[in-house]
Amino acid sequence: MSSPDTPAGDGRVVLDADDVSRALTRISHEILERNKGAEDLLLLGLHTRGVPLARRIAERIESVEGTSVAVGSLDVTMYRDDLRSHPTRAPHKTSLPAGGIDGKTVVLVDDVLYSGRTIRAALDALSDLGRPAAVRLAVLVDRGHRELPIRADHVGKNLPTARSEKVRVRLAETDGGDSVSIFGSPAGTAGGEVR
Amino acid sequence: MSLLIKGARLLGEDAADVYVEDGLIREVGSVSTTADETVDADGLVLLPGLVDLHTHLREPGREDAETVLTGSRAAAAGGFTSILAMANTTPVTDTAEAALRVWELGRDAGLVDVQPVGAVTRGLAGEELAELGLMARSRARVRVFSDDGRCVADARVMRRALEYVKAFGGVISQHSQDPALAPHAACCHEGQLSGELGLPGWPSIAEEVIVARDVMLARHTGSRVHVAHVSTAGSVEVVRWAKAQGIAVTAEVTPHHLLLTTDLLAGYDPTFKVNPPLRPAEDVEALRAALADGTIDAVATDHAPHARHDKEHAFVDAAFGMLGLETALSVVATVMVEGGLLDWAGVARVMSANPAAIAGLDGHGRALAVGEPANLALVDPSTSYVVDRGASLSLSRNNPWHGRSLTGRVVGTWLRGARTFGA
Amino acid sequence: MKKHLLSIDDVTADDIAALFETAAEMHDVQRREVKKLPALRGRTVINLFFEDSTRTRSSFEIAGKWLSADVINLSAKGSSTSKGESLRDTVLTVTAMGIDGLVMRHSASGAAQQVSEWIDVPVINAGDGTHEHPTQALLDAYTLTRRLGSLEGRHVVIVGDLTHSRVFRSNVKALTKLGARVTVVAPPTLMPSGIGTWSADAGFGTSYDLDAVLPTADAVMMLRVQKERMSGGYFPSPREYTVGYGLTRDRLGVLREGAPILHPGPMNRGLEISADAADAIDSMVLDQVSAGVAVRMAVLYHLLAGEDQK
Repeated sequence: MSSPDTPAGDGRVVLDADDVSRALTRISHEILERNKGAEDLLLLGLHTRGVPLARRIAERIESVEGTSVAVGSLDVTMYRDDLRSHPTRAPHKTSLPAGGIDGKTVVLVDDVLYSGRTIRAALDALSDLGRPAAVRLAVLVDRGHRELPIRADHVGKNLPTARSEKVRVRLAETDGGDSVSIFGSPAGTAGGEVR
Repeated sequence: MSLLIKGARLLGEDAADVYVEDGLIREVGSVSTTADETVDADGLVLLPGLVDLHTHLREPGREDAETVLTGSRAAAAGGFTSILAMANTTPVTDTAEAALRVWELGRDAGLVDVQPVGAVTRGLAGEELAELGLMARSRARVRVFSDDGRCVADARVMRRALEYVKAFGGVISQHSQDPALAPHAACCHEGQLSGELGLPGWPSIAEEVIVARDVMLARHTGSRVHVAHVSTAGSVEVVRWAKAQGIAVTAEVTPHHLLLTTDLLAGYDPTFKVNPPLRPAEDVEALRAALADGTIDAVATDHAPHARHDKEHAFVDAAFGMLGLETALSVVATVMVEGGLLDWAGVARVMSANPAAIAGLDGHGRALAVGEPANLALVDPSTSYVVDRGASLSLSRNNPWHGRSLTGRVVGTWLRGARTFGA
Repeated sequence: MKKHLLSIDDVTADDIAALFETAAEMHDVQRREVKKLPALRGRTVINLFFEDSTRTRSSFEIAGKWLSADVINLSAKGSSTSKGESLRDTVLTVTAMGIDGLVMRHSASGAAQQVSEWIDVPVINAGDGTHEHPTQALLDAYTLTRRLGSLEGRHVVIVGDLTHSRVFRSNVKALTKLGARVTVVAPPTLMPSGIGTWSADAGFGTSYDLDAVLPTADAVMMLRVQKERMSGGYFPSPREYTVGYGLTRDRLGVLREGAPILHPGPMNRGLEISADAADAIDSMVLDQVSAGVAVRMAVLYHLLAGEDQK
């Protein structure tokens, strides 16, 4: 999930469409290498932007390996530890392939890794859904500032940021174009979901 | 002990001084005599002390809701000098001893003349006549009999009661509610609102069939019947017809049925649960018109105090009734006087003279004239105020007028020349 | 969404859409091996039932437990009379234990609304007298939506003892909110007071003639006729009721192909619904039951999981 609001001020583009594409290709290859092929692989996108990213990675793997890769989506709303500090909203769809996650190597896919809390929630959700053989994490951007002992296995780009800054990921599927930008957050206007 | 009320408008007409000594009005006009107490009543309206045909004082039995003393205080604050205490106490006022006890409690309180109403039937059960004659012969001189809270539903019992009280000039005050058409659970005027709220309906017809039956019984027996708390336009029509026939029927309306409407029940607030229920605006209009044209003879409060916990049940389980003594005059002033339907002489008629005549009270409801008992209510006709249930002298707080602005207020009350309310 | 769910009046069409969206996800959870979501972990919900209802109570209980709430069932039957403790005292005592939500069933209309004015936590009406049963209406509408898609312009016919039915009262509000055209059918003695002006104000139709209405129905909801009404003089005999207002085998034939038949249960087979019709709809009735858990999970989630409402 990324910031729902357009941050104020001019953003600095740190990844353009080509950069995003190259990053995803690299992640795809890393996943294949690490998994020694596409067997028993399940790419699970986290809502919202992790879902199209997972699909893109799957397409790349398929084109390399020539076999289909299972893709699903995971909503972690009910597992978040900050449920009580927001108004409730309807959860997104969690969809898993027919075989479920048991025995699979699940790669969680998200756009930005920040505090690690979303991933913690995702791990909890996974344990309610079954027992994967292994769980890995792929993110387009790692901006640091972890609050939990969580790290990504596959990172498109490490992006040093200040906490006061916001990172915005745009994707063609959800936002009409691919880019990653950093926005300075002037004092007093910080708000929305900072990633 | 003497009293001089200076410059009050008598019955809202010309200003005059009223001089009182030894409980009687001694002089009316321009009075130069000095008195022990002088009241400057410039701009105020002087009325004969009000008479309430219909009060629930709860003593004996529910002294946590009201006592004869606290009810008397509330009555005095409302301008009343005599109130009729309904019989549905525990035990029921169905013997001379019980009636005498209430009468004595009232006399001890000494603020208003508390006149007990006797039960029509033993234990209000609607089956056997209570000792009507013994109550009438007692020092309490009971003349009004009522099973109020319950209807004397059996036509044979009602007929006998009407016949029997003729011997001593009594009257049966009927709570008109056909129990087959409006059983005890009935608590909301039957109509769209009761349908939507899912509350047991209390249809107008359940009142009207009893009123119609009773006026025919009164005609048949040649007796007097009084219709308590008339609440529907249909009942008004029946009473109007009966009076035209010369049938000895009288009727009362409560302040709440003159102003409050059934839509107040939409929030399920038991404060507005009363029997008969609040009715739609069309009925309210008909009741006002009937009070103005004399079809309805009197305003009676049906003051019905309840302990807080008896109202804090689910709506259908909560107790029926609302407070009324302290606000009655203000409601009538707001609705009828401000509304141009009655003048102050008319208010005196429906709140003092007529109820006193119906109840056979010789010392009340008299003219403001020399030689009459000095039972007086002094009213500020123009002051508006917001009712605060916390300020009530009643022990209970089931006050439907809380937060409502009313115009016209009692500022002083005297019982036989002795001040019972006001500074 | 409002703090309480006392009546369908408390939810907008958008709220209902959000509840249904959530319910659909909850429905998936029911098919999982681990039927548990942590959304209400650490929250305590009391099912306070002044009137017996195994179905509704267990449905709420399962819904709460699958969301990880601590659910406590309290039967307060018999304490609802004016002789006993006041309703306010009963409820204040229960909530003083430190609860986060109250699910309440009471035989008196309006009881849930009254209680909501006395306590701070969200109150969910699980049926109040002959007034409303909002979660039942939501699950009925959810079931219909799953079957028919959008209810916009769909004709839903509700048949039976309308006077004493909270299911009817909630359903007519929910279905019209979702754009359905509703016609209610009953003999005149079982039509609620003031139905003429009421139906005109609220925009639904009424009829005494089931056969005239049935052919255009996209869905039919049969209401239970309480046994105690039969001796109440509302209609002369069960036989006569069935002939006039029962969903008989013949009437089943008149119904549009595939039109769903709902019944809030428990059914009086042979009275308001023939055995054929009941069997024909068994799957739907069970759908209603499973939808009930999903919809109640959605309601509990939206009312209790988020930040404290004002």
